[in-house]
Amino acid sequence: MLRIDKLVKQYKTGDIALKGVSLEIPKGQVLALIGPSGAGKSTVIRCVNRLVEPTEGKIWLNDLELVSLSSAALRRARRRMGMIFQEYALVERLSVMENVLSGRLGYVGFWRSFFRKYPQNDINEAYRLLERVELDHMADKRADELSGGQRQRIGICRALIQNPDLLLVDEPTASLDPKTSRQIMRLICDLCQERQLAAIINIHDVHLAQMFAKRIVGLQEGKIVYDGPPDSLTPDVLTQIYGEEDWEATIEEVEDEEEIEIAMETAGASS
Amino acid sequence: MTTPTQRSWKLQPFIKNPTLRWTLWVLTAIYLVLAFGTMEINWDRVAEGVTRSQRFLAAFFPPDFISRWDSIVEGIYESLWMAVTSTVVGILLSIPVGLGAARNLSFRPIYLFCRGILAVSRTFPEVILAIFFVKLFGFGPFAGFMALSIGTIGFYGKLLAEDIEDMDPVQAEAIRATGASWLQWLNYSVQPQVMPRMIGLGMYRLDINFRESAVVGIVGGGGIGATLLTSFDRYEFDSAAAILLVIIGIVMLVEYSSGYIRKKVQ
Repeated sequence: MLRIDKLVKQYKTGDIALKGVSLEIPKGQVLALIGPSGAGKSTVIRCVNRLVEPTEGKIWLNDLELVSLSSAALRRARRRMGMIFQEYALVERLSVMENVLSGRLGYVGFWRSFFRKYPQNDINEAYRLLERVELDHMADKRADELSGGQRQRIGICRALIQNPDLLLVDEPTASLDPKTSRQIMRLICDLCQERQLAAIINIHDVHLAQMFAKRIVGLQEGKIVYDGPPDSLTPDVLTQIYGEEDWEATIEEVEDEEEIEIAMETAGASS
Repeated sequence: MTTPTQRSWKLQPFIKNPTLRWTLWVLTAIYLVLAFGTMEINWDRVAEGVTRSQRFLAAFFPPDFISRWDSIVEGIYESLWMAVTSTVVGILLSIPVGLGAARNLSFRPIYLFCRGILAVSRTFPEVILAIFFVKLFGFGPFAGFMALSIGTIGFYGKLLAEDIEDMDPVQAEAIRATGASWLQWLNYSVQPQVMPRMIGLGMYRLDINFRESAVVGIVGGGGIGATLLTSFDRYEFDSAAAILLVIIGIVMLVEYSSGYIRKKVQ
Protein backbone atom coordinates (compact mmCIF):
# COMPACT_ATOMS: atom_id res chain seq x y z
CA MET A 1 0.00 0.00 0.00
CA LEU A 2 2.56 2.53 1.16
CA ARG A 3 6.22 1.88 0.62
CA ILE A 4 8.92 4.26 1.76
CA ASP A 5 12.34 3.55 0.37
CA LYS A 6 15.55 4.99 1.86
CA LEU A 7 14.00 8.34 2.68
CA VAL A 8 16.53 11.07 3.49
CA LYS A 9 15.70 14.58 4.54
CA GLN A 10 18.27 17.26 5.09
CA TYR A 11 16.95 20.67 6.10
CA LYS A 12 18.40 23.90 4.74
CA THR A 13 20.03 24.46 8.12
CA GLY A 14 22.10 21.33 7.46
CA ASP A 15 20.33 19.18 10.05
CA ILE A 16 19.76 15.70 8.75
CA ALA A 17 16.31 14.74 10.01
CA LEU A 18 16.00 11.37 8.29
CA LYS A 19 18.92 9.12 7.48
CA GLY A 20 17.49 6.50 5.15
CA VAL A 21 14.12 5.41 6.48
CA SER A 22 12.46 2.46 4.77
CA LEU A 23 8.99 1.24 5.71
CA GLU A 24 6.28 -0.81 4.12
CA ILE A 25 2.70 -0.62 5.31
CA PRO A 26 0.03 -2.98 4.02
CA LYS A 27 -3.61 -2.01 3.50
CA GLY A 28 -5.54 -1.66 6.74
CA GLN A 29 -2.56 -1.59 9.07
CA VAL A 30 -2.32 0.95 11.86
CA LEU A 31 1.28 1.71 12.62
CA ALA A 32 2.45 3.79 15.56
CA LEU A 33 5.64 5.74 15.08
CA ILE A 34 7.28 6.48 18.42
CA GLY A 35 10.48 8.23 19.33
CA PRO A 36 11.83 11.24 21.20
CA SER A 37 11.15 14.81 20.11
CA GLY A 38 13.29 15.66 17.11
CA ALA A 39 13.67 12.05 16.01
CA GLY A 40 12.02 12.88 12.69
CA LYS A 41 8.52 11.40 13.20
CA SER A 42 6.78 14.44 11.89
CA THR A 43 9.22 14.76 9.00
CA VAL A 44 8.41 11.20 7.89
CA ILE A 45 4.70 11.81 7.50
CA ARG A 46 5.17 15.27 6.01
CA CYS A 47 7.50 13.80 3.40
CA VAL A 48 4.80 11.33 2.41
CA ASN A 49 2.32 14.06 1.39
CA ARG A 50 5.21 16.38 0.54
CA LEU A 51 4.37 19.19 2.89
CA VAL A 52 8.11 18.72 3.37
CA GLU A 53 10.16 17.93 0.27
CA PRO A 54 12.28 14.80 0.70
CA THR A 55 15.97 15.15 -0.15
CA GLU A 56 16.42 11.58 -1.36
CA GLY A 57 14.46 8.36 -1.55
CA LYS A 58 11.25 7.14 -3.07
CA ILE A 59 7.72 6.81 -1.74
CA TRP A 60 5.07 4.68 -3.42
CA LEU A 61 1.39 4.97 -2.67
CA ASN A 62 -0.01 1.88 -4.36
CA ASP A 63 1.68 2.17 -7.78
CA LEU A 64 2.22 5.88 -7.72
CA GLU A 65 5.67 7.27 -6.95
CA LEU A 66 5.09 10.45 -4.93
CA VAL A 67 8.51 12.12 -4.74
CA SER A 68 8.74 12.82 -8.48
CA LEU A 69 5.17 14.14 -8.94
CA SER A 70 4.53 17.50 -10.55
CA SER A 71 2.42 19.94 -8.58
CA ALA A 72 -0.89 19.12 -10.31
CA ALA A 73 -0.34 15.38 -9.93
CA LEU A 74 0.73 15.94 -6.34
CA ARG A 75 -2.57 17.70 -5.61
CA ARG A 76 -4.45 14.70 -7.01
CA ALA A 77 -2.30 12.33 -4.96
CA ARG A 78 -2.87 14.34 -1.78
CA ARG A 79 -6.58 13.63 -2.04
CA ARG A 80 -5.77 9.98 -1.31
CA MET A 81 -3.94 10.87 1.91
CA GLY A 82 -5.87 12.28 4.85
CA MET A 83 -3.92 14.14 7.48
CA ILE A 84 -4.78 14.67 11.13
CA PHE A 85 -2.82 17.23 13.12
CA GLN A 86 -1.53 17.78 16.61
CA GLU A 87 -3.26 21.08 17.32
CA TYR A 88 -6.25 19.97 15.21
CA ALA A 89 -5.36 22.61 12.57
CA LEU A 90 -8.98 23.46 11.90
CA VAL A 91 -9.47 26.79 10.21
CA GLU A 92 -10.80 28.49 13.30
CA ARG A 93 -12.94 31.15 11.70
CA LEU A 94 -14.72 28.74 9.39
CA SER A 95 -17.75 26.75 10.50
CA VAL A 96 -17.56 23.09 11.42
CA MET A 97 -19.26 22.15 8.16
CA GLU A 98 -16.87 24.26 6.07
CA ASN A 99 -13.96 22.61 7.82
CA VAL A 100 -15.30 19.14 7.08
CA LEU A 101 -16.12 20.02 3.47
CA SER A 102 -12.64 21.48 2.99
CA GLY A 103 -11.57 17.85 2.79
CA ARG A 104 -13.30 17.79 -0.62
CA LEU A 105 -11.37 20.76 -2.02
CA GLY A 106 -9.23 18.50 -4.15
CA TYR A 107 -12.37 17.17 -5.86
CA VAL A 108 -14.44 20.31 -6.52
CA GLY A 109 -13.73 23.29 -8.73
CA PHE A 110 -12.77 26.72 -7.43
CA TRP A 111 -16.11 28.48 -7.90
CA ARG A 112 -18.08 25.67 -6.32
CA SER A 113 -15.82 25.76 -3.29
CA PHE A 114 -15.84 29.57 -3.26
CA PHE A 115 -19.63 29.74 -3.08
CA ARG A 116 -19.77 26.70 -0.78
CA LYS A 117 -21.97 24.88 -3.30
CA TYR A 118 -20.73 21.36 -2.73
CA PRO A 119 -22.29 18.38 -4.50
CA GLN A 120 -25.15 16.83 -2.55
CA ASN A 121 -23.15 13.61 -2.12
CA ASP A 122 -20.39 15.48 -0.34
CA ILE A 123 -22.88 17.10 2.00
CA ASN A 124 -24.51 13.74 2.74
CA GLU A 125 -21.14 12.23 3.45
CA ALA A 126 -20.20 15.17 5.68
CA TYR A 127 -23.37 14.67 7.74
CA ARG A 128 -22.75 10.92 7.92
CA LEU A 129 -19.26 11.51 9.28
CA LEU A 130 -20.44 14.17 11.71
CA GLU A 131 -23.11 11.77 12.95
CA ARG A 132 -20.46 9.08 13.30
CA VAL A 133 -18.45 11.34 15.64
CA GLU A 134 -21.68 12.62 17.25
CA LEU A 135 -21.17 16.26 16.29
CA ASP A 136 -23.80 16.74 13.57
CA HIS A 137 -25.67 19.23 15.76
CA MET A 138 -22.55 21.46 15.70
CA ALA A 139 -22.41 21.78 11.89
CA ASP A 140 -22.98 25.55 11.85
CA LYS A 141 -20.88 26.42 14.89
CA ARG A 142 -17.58 28.15 14.33
CA ALA A 143 -14.65 25.77 14.76
CA ASP A 144 -13.12 27.84 17.57
CA GLU A 145 -16.23 27.33 19.72
CA LEU A 146 -15.46 23.63 20.10
CA SER A 147 -13.49 21.85 22.82
CA GLY A 148 -10.19 20.13 22.05
CA GLY A 149 -11.68 16.65 21.73
CA GLN A 150 -14.51 17.91 19.54
CA ARG A 151 -12.07 19.76 17.30
CA GLN A 152 -9.98 16.68 16.84
CA ARG A 153 -13.09 14.71 15.84
CA ILE A 154 -13.82 17.36 13.21
CA GLY A 155 -10.19 17.06 12.09
CA ILE A 156 -10.80 13.33 11.64
CA CYS A 157 -13.96 13.99 9.60
CA ARG A 158 -12.03 16.39 7.36
CA ALA A 159 -9.42 13.71 6.71
CA LEU A 160 -11.97 10.95 6.07
CA ILE A 161 -14.22 12.89 3.71
CA GLN A 162 -11.27 12.91 1.34
CA ASN A 163 -11.99 9.20 0.98
CA PRO A 164 -8.30 8.45 1.49
CA ASP A 165 -6.34 5.21 1.25
CA LEU A 166 -3.94 6.34 3.91
CA LEU A 167 -4.15 8.41 7.07
CA LEU A 168 -1.17 10.45 8.21
CA VAL A 169 -1.70 11.26 11.85
CA ASP A 170 0.65 13.67 13.62
CA GLU A 171 0.50 13.51 17.43
CA PRO A 172 -3.31 13.39 17.55
CA THR A 173 -3.47 13.36 21.33
CA ALA A 174 -0.67 15.71 22.31
CA SER A 175 -3.04 18.53 23.30
CA LEU A 176 -5.77 16.36 24.82
CA ASP A 177 -6.46 15.06 28.32
CA PRO A 178 -5.84 11.34 28.97
CA LYS A 179 -9.45 10.22 28.65
CA THR A 180 -10.14 12.19 25.47
CA SER A 181 -6.80 10.96 24.09
CA ARG A 182 -7.99 7.38 24.36
CA GLN A 183 -11.36 8.14 22.86
CA ILE A 184 -9.67 9.83 19.91
CA MET A 185 -7.20 6.98 19.42
CA ARG A 186 -10.00 4.45 19.62
CA LEU A 187 -12.04 6.41 17.09
CA ILE A 188 -9.13 6.63 14.65
CA CYS A 189 -8.38 2.92 14.97
CA ASP A 190 -12.05 1.91 14.64
CA LEU A 191 -12.46 4.05 11.55
CA CYS A 192 -9.31 2.60 10.01
CA GLN A 193 -10.70 -0.87 10.60
CA GLU A 194 -14.14 -0.02 9.18
CA ARG A 195 -12.64 1.47 6.03
CA GLN A 196 -9.57 -0.72 5.75
CA LEU A 197 -7.30 2.30 5.90
CA ALA A 198 -3.60 2.19 6.47
CA ALA A 199 -2.41 4.74 9.01
CA ILE A 200 0.85 6.09 10.33
CA ILE A 201 0.28 7.59 13.76
CA ASN A 202 3.06 9.64 15.28
CA ILE A 203 2.72 9.49 18.98
CA HIS A 204 5.02 10.08 21.90
CA ASP A 205 2.81 8.43 24.47
CA VAL A 206 4.17 4.91 24.62
CA HIS A 207 1.17 3.43 26.51
CA LEU A 208 -1.29 4.73 23.99
CA ALA A 209 0.81 3.39 21.14
CA GLN A 210 0.96 -0.03 22.74
CA MET A 211 -2.73 -0.01 23.53
CA PHE A 212 -4.00 0.78 20.05
CA ALA A 213 -1.46 -0.07 17.37
CA LYS A 214 -0.73 -3.53 16.01
CA ARG A 215 2.75 -2.50 14.94
CA ILE A 216 5.20 -0.12 16.51
CA VAL A 217 8.12 1.54 14.81
CA GLY A 218 10.72 3.30 16.93
CA LEU A 219 12.58 6.19 15.38
CA GLN A 220 15.75 7.59 16.86
CA GLU A 221 17.79 10.37 15.32
CA GLY A 222 16.33 9.75 11.88
CA LYS A 223 16.79 5.98 11.86
CA ILE A 224 14.44 3.10 12.56
CA VAL A 225 15.68 1.28 15.64
CA TYR A 226 12.65 -0.89 16.36
CA ASP A 227 9.93 -2.42 14.21
CA GLY A 228 7.68 -4.99 15.77
CA PRO A 229 4.57 -5.80 17.77
CA PRO A 230 3.68 -3.72 20.83
CA ASP A 231 4.29 -6.50 23.36
CA SER A 232 7.96 -6.87 22.46
CA LEU A 233 8.66 -3.32 23.57
CA THR A 234 10.98 -4.14 26.44
CA PRO A 235 12.85 -1.71 28.67
CA ASP A 236 15.94 -2.39 26.57
CA VAL A 237 14.14 -1.38 23.42
CA LEU A 238 12.78 1.77 25.02
CA THR A 239 16.26 2.62 26.25
CA GLN A 240 17.51 2.23 22.72
CA ILE A 241 14.81 4.56 21.41
CA TYR A 242 14.65 7.18 24.13
CA GLY A 243 17.81 6.73 26.18
CA GLU A 244 18.48 5.51 29.71
CA GLU A 245 15.50 5.73 32.07
CA ASP A 246 13.59 3.40 34.37
CA TRP A 247 11.09 1.91 31.93
CA GLU A 248 9.58 -0.80 34.12
CA ALA A 249 6.99 1.56 35.51
CA THR A 250 5.90 2.69 32.05
CA ILE A 251 5.37 -0.79 30.77
CA GLU A 252 3.62 -2.09 33.87
CA GLU A 253 1.41 0.93 33.98
CA VAL A 254 0.12 0.08 30.54
CA GLU A 255 -1.33 -3.19 31.73
CA ASP A 256 -2.82 -1.57 34.83
CA GLU A 257 -4.43 1.16 32.84
CA GLU A 258 -5.81 -1.25 30.35
CA GLU A 259 -7.62 -3.00 33.18
CA ILE A 260 -8.91 0.31 34.49
CA GLU A 261 -10.06 1.18 31.02
CA ILE A 262 -11.99 -2.07 30.69
CA ALA A 263 -13.49 -1.53 34.14
CA MET A 264 -14.44 2.02 33.17
CA GLU A 265 -16.09 0.90 29.99
CA THR A 266 -18.17 -1.79 31.67
CA ALA A 267 -19.18 0.75 34.31
CA GLY A 268 -20.08 3.18 31.55
CA ALA A 269 -22.10 0.55 29.70
CA SER A 270 -24.06 -0.50 32.79
CA SER A 271 -24.90 3.04 33.90
CA MET B 1 23.45 27.55 60.48
CA THR B 2 25.69 28.89 57.73
CA THR B 3 24.84 32.13 56.03
CA PRO B 4 24.42 31.68 52.27
CA THR B 5 27.10 33.34 50.16
CA GLN B 6 26.08 36.72 48.81
CA ARG B 7 25.90 36.91 45.02
CA SER B 8 25.11 40.29 43.61
CA TRP B 9 22.92 40.70 40.53
CA LYS B 10 22.34 43.66 38.30
CA LEU B 11 20.25 44.02 35.15
CA GLN B 12 22.56 43.73 32.15
CA PRO B 13 22.63 47.02 30.19
CA PHE B 14 21.24 46.95 26.65
CA ILE B 15 24.53 48.27 25.22
CA LYS B 16 27.26 46.15 26.75
CA ASN B 17 30.27 48.33 25.90
CA PRO B 18 30.42 51.09 28.60
CA THR B 19 32.44 53.52 26.46
CA LEU B 20 29.95 53.32 23.59
CA ARG B 21 27.03 53.57 26.02
CA TRP B 22 28.31 56.72 27.70
CA THR B 23 29.41 58.33 24.44
CA LEU B 24 25.88 57.89 23.05
CA TRP B 25 24.36 59.46 26.16
CA VAL B 26 26.72 62.43 26.07
CA LEU B 27 26.22 63.04 22.34
CA THR B 28 22.45 62.93 22.73
CA ALA B 29 22.63 65.39 25.62
CA ILE B 30 24.87 67.80 23.67
CA TYR B 31 22.60 67.69 20.64
CA LEU B 32 19.47 68.38 22.70
CA VAL B 33 21.12 71.32 24.51
CA LEU B 34 22.20 72.82 21.19
CA ALA B 35 18.85 72.16 19.51
CA PHE B 36 16.83 73.85 22.21
CA GLY B 37 19.47 76.54 22.66
CA THR B 38 19.19 77.68 19.05
CA MET B 39 15.38 77.68 18.99
CA GLU B 40 14.26 81.27 18.46
CA ILE B 41 11.21 82.23 20.38
CA ASN B 42 10.01 85.75 19.96
CA TRP B 43 7.76 86.25 22.97
CA ASP B 44 6.29 89.44 21.52
CA ARG B 45 5.01 87.49 18.55
CA VAL B 46 3.65 84.76 20.77
CA ALA B 47 1.76 87.38 22.75
CA GLU B 48 0.40 88.87 19.54
CA GLY B 49 -0.62 85.41 18.38
CA VAL B 50 -2.63 84.90 21.56
CA THR B 51 -4.69 88.04 21.06
CA ARG B 52 -5.05 87.27 17.36
CA SER B 53 -6.27 83.76 18.10
CA GLN B 54 -8.91 85.25 20.38
CA ARG B 55 -10.16 87.41 17.55
CA PHE B 56 -9.98 84.46 15.23
CA LEU B 57 -12.04 82.28 17.53
CA ALA B 58 -14.52 85.08 18.02
CA ALA B 59 -14.90 85.32 14.25
CA PHE B 60 -15.76 81.62 14.20
CA PHE B 61 -18.84 82.22 16.33
CA PRO B 62 -21.60 81.76 15.64
CA PRO B 63 -20.86 79.22 12.87
CA ASP B 64 -22.80 80.06 9.74
CA PHE B 65 -24.26 77.01 8.12
CA ILE B 66 -26.72 78.90 5.96
CA SER B 67 -25.06 81.29 3.56
CA ARG B 68 -22.67 78.70 2.04
CA TRP B 69 -24.84 75.63 2.66
CA ASP B 70 -25.02 74.60 -1.00
CA SER B 71 -21.27 74.58 -1.48
CA ILE B 72 -20.81 72.78 1.85
CA VAL B 73 -23.16 70.03 0.71
CA GLU B 74 -21.41 69.83 -2.62
CA GLY B 75 -17.98 69.68 -0.99
CA ILE B 76 -19.04 66.98 1.46
CA TYR B 77 -20.62 64.98 -1.32
CA GLU B 78 -17.42 65.23 -3.36
CA SER B 79 -15.25 64.30 -0.38
CA LEU B 80 -17.38 61.28 0.46
CA TRP B 81 -17.28 60.20 -3.18
CA MET B 82 -13.51 60.56 -3.13
CA ALA B 83 -13.16 58.67 0.16
CA VAL B 84 -15.40 55.77 -0.86
CA THR B 85 -14.09 55.28 -4.40
CA SER B 86 -10.44 55.63 -3.44
CA THR B 87 -10.88 53.18 -0.56
CA VAL B 88 -12.57 50.58 -2.78
CA VAL B 89 -10.14 50.96 -5.67
CA GLY B 90 -7.11 51.17 -3.37
CA ILE B 91 -8.10 48.02 -1.48
CA LEU B 92 -8.83 46.06 -4.66
CA LEU B 93 -5.43 47.00 -6.09
CA SER B 94 -3.63 46.35 -2.83
CA ILE B 95 -4.84 42.73 -2.56
CA PRO B 96 -2.57 41.33 -5.31
CA VAL B 97 0.28 43.56 -4.15
CA GLY B 98 -0.20 42.47 -0.53
CA LEU B 99 -0.31 38.79 -1.49
CA GLY B 100 2.90 39.20 -3.46
CA ALA B 101 4.54 41.08 -0.61
CA ALA B 102 3.88 38.35 1.96
CA ARG B 103 7.12 36.47 2.39
CA ASN B 104 5.43 33.16 3.20
CA LEU B 105 3.45 32.97 -0.02
CA SER B 106 5.45 34.50 -2.79
CA PHE B 107 8.73 33.97 -4.56
CA ARG B 108 11.73 36.15 -3.98
CA PRO B 109 11.56 38.30 -7.17
CA ILE B 110 7.80 38.88 -6.84
CA TYR B 111 8.26 39.62 -3.16
CA LEU B 112 10.90 42.27 -3.83
CA PHE B 113 8.85 43.81 -6.64
CA CYS B 114 5.69 44.10 -4.50
CA ARG B 115 7.61 45.38 -1.49
CA GLY B 116 9.07 47.97 -3.85
CA ILE B 117 5.60 49.13 -4.92
CA LEU B 118 4.55 49.40 -1.29
CA ALA B 119 7.69 51.29 -0.31
CA VAL B 120 7.28 53.81 -3.12
CA SER B 121 3.59 54.43 -2.48
CA ARG B 122 4.30 54.88 1.22
CA THR B 123 7.15 57.32 0.67
CA PHE B 124 4.96 60.24 -0.35
CA PRO B 125 2.26 61.57 1.93
CA GLU B 126 -1.17 62.05 0.33
CA VAL B 127 -0.70 65.83 0.08
CA ILE B 128 2.44 65.48 -2.01
CA LEU B 129 0.74 62.92 -4.24
CA ALA B 130 -2.23 65.25 -4.59
CA ILE B 131 -0.03 68.18 -5.65
CA PHE B 132 1.53 65.91 -8.24
CA PHE B 133 -1.80 64.66 -9.59
CA VAL B 134 -3.28 68.16 -9.66
CA LYS B 135 -0.37 69.08 -11.94
CA LEU B 136 -1.11 66.02 -14.09
CA PHE B 137 -4.89 66.04 -14.30
CA GLY B 138 -5.81 69.58 -13.27
CA PHE B 139 -7.92 70.76 -10.34
CA GLY B 140 -10.79 68.67 -9.10
CA PRO B 141 -11.70 65.55 -7.21
CA PHE B 142 -10.17 63.14 -9.72
CA ALA B 143 -6.68 64.22 -8.65
CA GLY B 144 -7.71 63.71 -5.04
CA PHE B 145 -9.12 60.29 -5.85
CA MET B 146 -5.84 59.23 -7.47
CA ALA B 147 -3.75 60.49 -4.56
CA LEU B 148 -5.89 58.73 -1.96
CA SER B 149 -6.03 55.49 -3.95
CA ILE B 150 -2.27 55.31 -4.09
CA GLY B 151 -2.01 56.15 -0.42
CA THR B 152 -4.49 53.34 0.29
CA ILE B 153 -2.45 50.79 -1.68
CA GLY B 154 0.64 51.52 0.39
CA PHE B 155 -1.22 51.42 3.67
CA TYR B 156 -3.49 48.46 3.07
CA GLY B 157 -1.05 46.36 1.04
CA LYS B 158 1.61 46.58 3.70
CA LEU B 159 -0.74 45.67 6.54
CA LEU B 160 -2.28 42.84 4.52
CA ALA B 161 1.16 41.42 3.76
CA GLU B 162 2.12 41.62 7.41
CA ASP B 163 -1.10 40.00 8.55
CA ILE B 164 -0.58 37.14 6.09
CA GLU B 165 2.96 36.69 7.35
CA ASP B 166 1.61 36.40 10.91
CA MET B 167 -1.04 33.80 10.11
CA ASP B 168 -1.06 30.35 11.66
CA PRO B 169 0.92 28.17 9.23
CA VAL B 170 -0.62 24.94 10.51
CA GLN B 171 -4.14 25.84 9.39
CA ALA B 172 -2.72 26.68 5.98
CA GLU B 173 -0.79 23.40 5.90
CA ALA B 174 -3.94 21.45 6.72
CA ILE B 175 -5.79 22.90 3.74
CA ARG B 176 -2.78 22.30 1.49
CA ALA B 177 -2.73 18.67 2.61
CA THR B 178 -6.28 18.11 1.29
CA GLY B 179 -5.13 18.61 -2.29
CA ALA B 180 -6.67 22.07 -2.62
CA SER B 181 -5.56 24.30 -5.48
CA TRP B 182 -3.73 27.55 -4.75
CA LEU B 183 -6.86 29.72 -5.08
CA GLN B 184 -8.88 27.33 -2.91
CA TRP B 185 -6.07 27.38 -0.40
CA LEU B 186 -6.17 31.19 -0.30
CA ASN B 187 -9.94 31.19 0.06
CA TYR B 188 -10.10 28.52 2.79
CA SER B 189 -7.02 29.07 4.91
CA VAL B 190 -5.57 32.54 4.31
CA GLN B 191 -8.73 34.58 3.85
CA PRO B 192 -10.55 33.44 7.01
CA GLN B 193 -7.48 34.19 9.07
CA VAL B 194 -6.92 37.73 7.81
CA MET B 195 -10.48 38.81 7.00
CA PRO B 196 -11.69 40.28 10.31
CA ARG B 197 -8.65 42.47 10.71
CA MET B 198 -8.77 43.50 7.06
CA ILE B 199 -12.43 44.56 7.31
CA GLY B 200 -11.52 46.63 10.34
CA LEU B 201 -8.56 48.19 8.55
CA GLY B 202 -10.71 48.89 5.50
CA MET B 203 -13.13 50.85 7.68
CA TYR B 204 -10.22 52.63 9.29
CA ARG B 205 -8.82 53.53 5.89
CA LEU B 206 -12.20 54.92 4.82
CA ASP B 207 -12.06 57.12 7.89
CA ILE B 208 -8.50 58.24 7.04
CA ASN B 209 -9.40 58.87 3.40
CA PHE B 210 -12.30 61.09 4.39
CA ARG B 211 -10.08 63.18 6.64
CA GLU B 212 -7.32 63.26 4.02
CA SER B 213 -9.84 64.36 1.40
CA ALA B 214 -10.15 67.64 3.32
CA VAL B 215 -6.37 68.14 3.20
CA VAL B 216 -6.11 67.08 -0.43
CA GLY B 217 -8.78 69.63 -1.32
CA ILE B 218 -6.64 72.48 -0.01
CA VAL B 219 -3.98 71.78 -2.67
CA GLY B 220 -6.58 71.63 -5.42
CA GLY B 221 -7.87 68.08 -5.16
CA GLY B 222 -11.52 69.07 -4.80
CA GLY B 223 -13.91 68.10 -2.04
CA ILE B 224 -14.68 69.80 1.25
CA GLY B 225 -11.07 70.95 1.52
CA ALA B 226 -11.59 73.21 -1.48
CA THR B 227 -14.74 74.66 0.08
CA LEU B 228 -12.87 75.23 3.34
CA LEU B 229 -10.02 76.99 1.56
CA THR B 230 -12.43 79.24 -0.33
CA SER B 231 -14.16 80.34 2.84
CA PHE B 232 -10.83 81.12 4.52
CA ASP B 233 -9.72 83.07 1.45
CA ARG B 234 -12.89 85.14 1.62
CA TYR B 235 -12.46 85.68 5.38
CA GLU B 236 -15.78 83.94 5.95
CA PHE B 237 -14.67 82.45 9.23
CA ASP B 238 -18.20 81.71 10.35
CA SER B 239 -18.74 79.51 7.27
CA ALA B 240 -15.33 77.92 7.82
CA ALA B 241 -16.38 77.07 11.38
CA ALA B 242 -19.53 75.46 10.03
CA ILE B 243 -17.46 73.37 7.61
CA LEU B 244 -15.09 72.29 10.35
CA LEU B 245 -18.04 71.24 12.51
CA VAL B 246 -19.52 69.24 9.65
CA ILE B 247 -16.15 67.51 9.09
CA ILE B 248 -15.85 66.73 12.80
CA GLY B 249 -19.38 65.34 12.82
CA ILE B 250 -18.80 63.07 9.84
CA VAL B 251 -15.43 61.86 11.12
CA MET B 252 -17.05 60.96 14.43
CA LEU B 253 -19.87 59.16 12.65
CA VAL B 254 -17.47 57.15 10.46
CA GLU B 255 -15.25 56.39 13.44
CA TYR B 256 -18.18 55.21 15.56
CA SER B 257 -19.61 53.01 12.83
CA SER B 258 -16.22 51.56 11.90
CA GLY B 259 -15.62 50.71 15.57
CA TYR B 260 -19.00 49.02 15.70
CA ILE B 261 -18.34 47.00 12.53
CA ARG B 262 -14.90 46.01 13.72
CA LYS B 263 -16.33 44.69 16.97
CA LYS B 264 -18.98 42.75 15.02
CA VAL B 265 -16.54 40.94 12.73
CA GLN B 266 -13.99 39.91 15.36
